[in-house]
Amino acid sequence: MTAASRTSLWRELIHKPFFWGIVAILALLALNVVKDPAYLAMSVNPNNGNLVGNLIDILRQAAPIMMIAIGMSLVIATGGIDLSVGSLMAVAGAVSMEFLNAAGDSGSVGVAFAAAGLALLITAILGAVNGVLVAYVGLQPFIATLVLMLAGRGIAKVITGGQNTAASSDPFRWISNGYLIGIPVVFILAVLIVILVGWVVRRSALGLMIEAIGINPKASRMAGIKPKGLLLTTYILSGILAGIAGIMSVGSVMTVDISRTGYQLELDAILAVVIGGASLAGGKFSLSGAFVGALLIATLDKTVLFLGVSSSATPAFKAIVIVVLCLLQSERVRSWFRTRRREKPAASELKTMKEEVQA
Amino acid sequence: MTALTAARVRDEPVAILDRVRRMIQANPSVLPTIASVVIFVGMVVYGEVAYGRILQASTLSNLLINNAHLIVLAVALTFVIITGGIDLSVGSIIAFSSVAGVMLANAGWNAIAVMVVMVGIGALFGVVSGVLIRYFNVQPFIATLAMMFLGRGLASLLSTKPERLGEDSPIRWIGVQLKVVDGPKVNDLVITPAVIIAVIVVLAAFFVLHRTRTGRTVYAIGGSESSALLMGLSVQRTKVLVYVISGALAGLAAVLYTARLGTAQNITGIGWELDAIAAAVIGGTLLTGAYGYVLGSVIGALVLGLMNVLITRDGGIPPEMTTIITGGILLVFVLLQRAVTRKKE
Repeated sequence: MTAASRTSLWRELIHKPFFWGIVAILALLALNVVKDPAYLAMSVNPNNGNLVGNLIDILRQAAPIMMIAIGMSLVIATGGIDLSVGSLMAVAGAVSMEFLNAAGDSGSVGVAFAAAGLALLITAILGAVNGVLVAYVGLQPFIATLVLMLAGRGIAKVITGGQNTAASSDPFRWISNGYLIGIPVVFILAVLIVILVGWVVRRSALGLMIEAIGINPKASRMAGIKPKGLLLTTYILSGILAGIAGIMSVGSVMTVDISRTGYQLELDAILAVVIGGASLAGGKFSLSGAFVGALLIATLDKTVLFLGVSSSATPAFKAIVIVVLCLLQSERVRSWFRTRRREKPAASELKTMKEEVQA
Repeated sequence: MTALTAARVRDEPVAILDRVRRMIQANPSVLPTIASVVIFVGMVVYGEVAYGRILQASTLSNLLINNAHLIVLAVALTFVIITGGIDLSVGSIIAFSSVAGVMLANAGWNAIAVMVVMVGIGALFGVVSGVLIRYFNVQPFIATLAMMFLGRGLASLLSTKPERLGEDSPIRWIGVQLKVVDGPKVNDLVITPAVIIAVIVVLAAFFVLHRTRTGRTVYAIGGSESSALLMGLSVQRTKVLVYVISGALAGLAAVLYTARLGTAQNITGIGWELDAIAAAVIGGTLLTGAYGYVLGSVIGALVLGLMNVLITRDGGIPPEMTTIITGGILLVFVLLQRAVTRKKE
């Protein structure tokens, strides 16, 4: 490999949307290692052959964030936003816990599937409500989903009667806490879903059409794309993915905490999408970027906790990250960098001109 | 332009109806404001008939006392929404500002200084969102969403348990109930300095928005930013200004709320941005900007406050339904606005 091709490869890597996300993850992990050199150590549990360690915990925590981040990527790519994902997680948790609690059969796989299916059905319906309001009624996406963000937690409270319902179901719990060939099931599931969604949107014209809507809805309609149906599909998909995230997050403790499950996770989703290099103005998305973004958020959560800061303070750090990312995306900051790069040749040109004049 | 002219008492009731009809025809966007006035009156009448003791001095003064902070927030959001923006950070500004304020007061700071700092904290948040939006073209809801999480996080960094304001703190004076009319039994007309401050804020906002050049610029930005720029209006300065106003008023709302309650906590004000947006929207402020009335937002805040009173009085509605009902009302009004604006298109 020649030096030139190596630098171009390097340059290409730097311009990948997820490059800086990976750099940030490594930086955070390095910070943790400085505090505790054994942080990255992973061991195999001798009893069941499962991997245990901080890295595995991060993967496990990242799974629900990945789900809502994938949904949010698609919604943001259409130029919209879905603020209701956190509340939908609570709804999914409430529905599944109530169902399992009522069914009472803690060993049955069928009951666990039914609970998950019912939860996903209801979040799909709520996602469809968002979609109808945005696509057919023409409300601004953030206000339409804001209503459900507000009401969704209320719906979860009504479903559980204001209680934090607990239930027991071993198959359901296995989704969040189980292991498959030593790796957490929840992470494998998340990766599979990310690959599936990515395969569907990139192998078909779906992804392109979603981006077309985000760039210019009118033009995309004239080009023969039906924005309304696509928007509806996108919001339903976001609802279902939020439902999966909800199932994942209640499954690990088998309790739905109606005021805390999925609380403020819409920011995590937005953050993951922005870290992944997508523009908040819509028109482009990167699922691999959102995937890395979700991993970064899980790492950030763990790191803040590990450094001894109260977990309720993490939003402040995330807010700072999101502000910095927004600044980096902004035209003004980019033009600063551009002028700085151009300044040198401009100055030398001026010099030669002066010299010519003198001569 | 104001909605109140429609409600001004005339000699013949027919003339009022005629005036209202003409006003709606000329400017359909007053419809949501009129609807919210009708709803407010309807709620009062329904409450009086169904539960009684609504239309009396003590209930109405409690309505004002308990919602003084919400009225201030609704006014704040009115400014921002009229420019076509949004401020999602007001709730957590209140959390951070009130926790910081109570801690400073307990550390022995002068009460006036503490209150100035509390308002200043809000204004500072507003400056940051404003600069992000104005200089870096960040979408308003993203910029203020970031401020929302920053405020909540900073408040949690300060303290995660309820901070109590000292019993003898002069700040509490703002929440002291003063009897204006001594009615029979407990039916007194009561007022607190907080209510007076809220009324002053409303009047000042009314003056600025409807009677000054700045106010007209705010409306012009919402109508069409590029047109406003071409007209030579100070668009950029005003854009930052509305977020500073919104933040500072959120800081002021923190003062009013803390003084009444006497405690502050990092979870104070969760969801209040939604209440404030709902109040402004119910009061007839269009989320797309350019239309809205300060007094309409006040009515909107009172509708929400009265709704809480009615839900409590009813007793049959579980309290967790409150957010669903608020969301439902917000949705109905947004749909109403959508219908009105679509007709104009």
